[in-house]
Amino acid sequence: MFSVLRSIWIVLKHTFRKRETVQYPEEKPDLSPRYRGRIVLSRDPDGGERCVGCYLCAVACPVDCISLQATEDENGRRYPEFFRINFSRCIYCGYCEDACPTYAIQLTPDFEMAEYDRNNLVYEKEDLLISGEGKYPGYHFYKVAGLAIGGKDKGEAQNEEEPVDIHSLMP
Amino acid sequence: MITSAHTVLAALGVLLGVFTIAPGLIWLERRLLAVWQDRYGPNRVGPFGILQVVADMIKIFTKEDWVPPFADKPVFIIAPTIIMLSTLMSFAVVPVGPNIGVIDMNIGLLFFLAMSSMGAYSVVLAGWASNNKYSLLGGMRGASQMISYEVFMGLSLLGVVLMNGSFNLREIVLAQEGMWNVIPQFFGFLIFLLAGLAESHRLPLDVPEAESEIIAGFHSEYSGMKFGMFFVGEYIGVTLVSAMIATLFFGGWLGPWFPPIVWMLIKTFAFICLFILLRASLPRPRYDQLLSYGWKVMLPLAILNLMVTGAIVVATTG
Repeated sequence: MFSVLRSIWIVLKHTFRKRETVQYPEEKPDLSPRYRGRIVLSRDPDGGERCVGCYLCAVACPVDCISLQATEDENGRRYPEFFRINFSRCIYCGYCEDACPTYAIQLTPDFEMAEYDRNNLVYEKEDLLISGEGKYPGYHFYKVAGLAIGGKDKGEAQNEEEPVDIHSLMP
Repeated sequence: MITSAHTVLAALGVLLGVFTIAPGLIWLERRLLAVWQDRYGPNRVGPFGILQVVADMIKIFTKEDWVPPFADKPVFIIAPTIIMLSTLMSFAVVPVGPNIGVIDMNIGLLFFLAMSSMGAYSVVLAGWASNNKYSLLGGMRGASQMISYEVFMGLSLLGVVLMNGSFNLREIVLAQEGMWNVIPQFFGFLIFLLAGLAESHRLPLDVPEAESEIIAGFHSEYSGMKFGMFFVGEYIGVTLVSAMIATLFFGGWLGPWFPPIVWMLIKTFAFICLFILLRASLPRPRYDQLLSYGWKVMLPLAILNLMVTGAIVVATTG
């Protein structure tokens, strides 16, 4: 009997509690920076595309929603010819972000992607590319990789030593 | 002629009032349950979401009203009307104000008890006519629950009748001028509150419906406006029990400052809110526990209350 009265009293006290509801369209939910929402392709600090077209994201994707074609520019720098994500299939698992070796593909805390037409959920490269660096500012893949491209030879990357001269006996 | 016109007007007024209160209660209940669960509830349609009522009404009126082919058709159709009719008929005897009320019956209290017993038929017939095992279980549960709680519902009110010496609800209200009946008849009030809760088969005593055990009990097979009639009937039942508690134990329309009808409405709404609070806070008892509690605890308590009241009345009046 006492417990019944106590539970009624406890419930009555909830009248003055703070509401848990987020009044969504007017009031936005507080999402963490690592929230897995809309997928973007980021750029390096110089404004070049970070994506090198390695296909690892497409392989990692469990629902096969990523489609791309790699190509190479005159400097030997790889980039995707097209990059397509079908968001009507995407399950926002974040495996593509995990798989990406160049921090190019990133998930963002944005979920407001509703469309009236299913075809509009297929995002092309222009829709995916953002102008900024996303979650990893300052990272520049070609500046830390040992790959030689136009304008940067071997040994010219950050923290990289000159290549060993195999024709010399000097240490 | 004047009196009959007055009666018709009062009847229309009460009918209109009840039919606006009952759907309003759907909104009120959803909002209040939300408040007690740290939510907002329906607050989008119209100011404070009050037009949710209209949306719900449109929805329920335009839904397909389907009678299952295996059902006992005439009984299936009659069942939901019984609960509406019996609860609406009971409102005829509720005195809303000193001169407002459909009928001034000298056996008003008995009429109320008789009509609320009629409500049991609705549950039983709906459960039977649906030709569905869960519905039958619900109907059976409803019948036994209503029969057991009807018994001490009447007994708990006899204390009030003994003290005020009348079955007429108007005279009972007037007799509470000096002191509300809830003070001398506190146990009677508690017993009637519980019995009224069981009578309107609301949560936590919604054993005939018990959606977590037997789907929706007696109204599993109902859809559209037939379901709506059960639904609205339930809310009218809650309003009726609240109005009866206000009338019998809390001095009905009596009160200072405001006009009588406002006091009646305030008191009724207070008890409706109490019913919703009980729904928000208490779990449903097991079916057999509910029945044994009724027969083994509440019935003896009601008889004891009646005997003590009777003894005091005899001793004081000589």
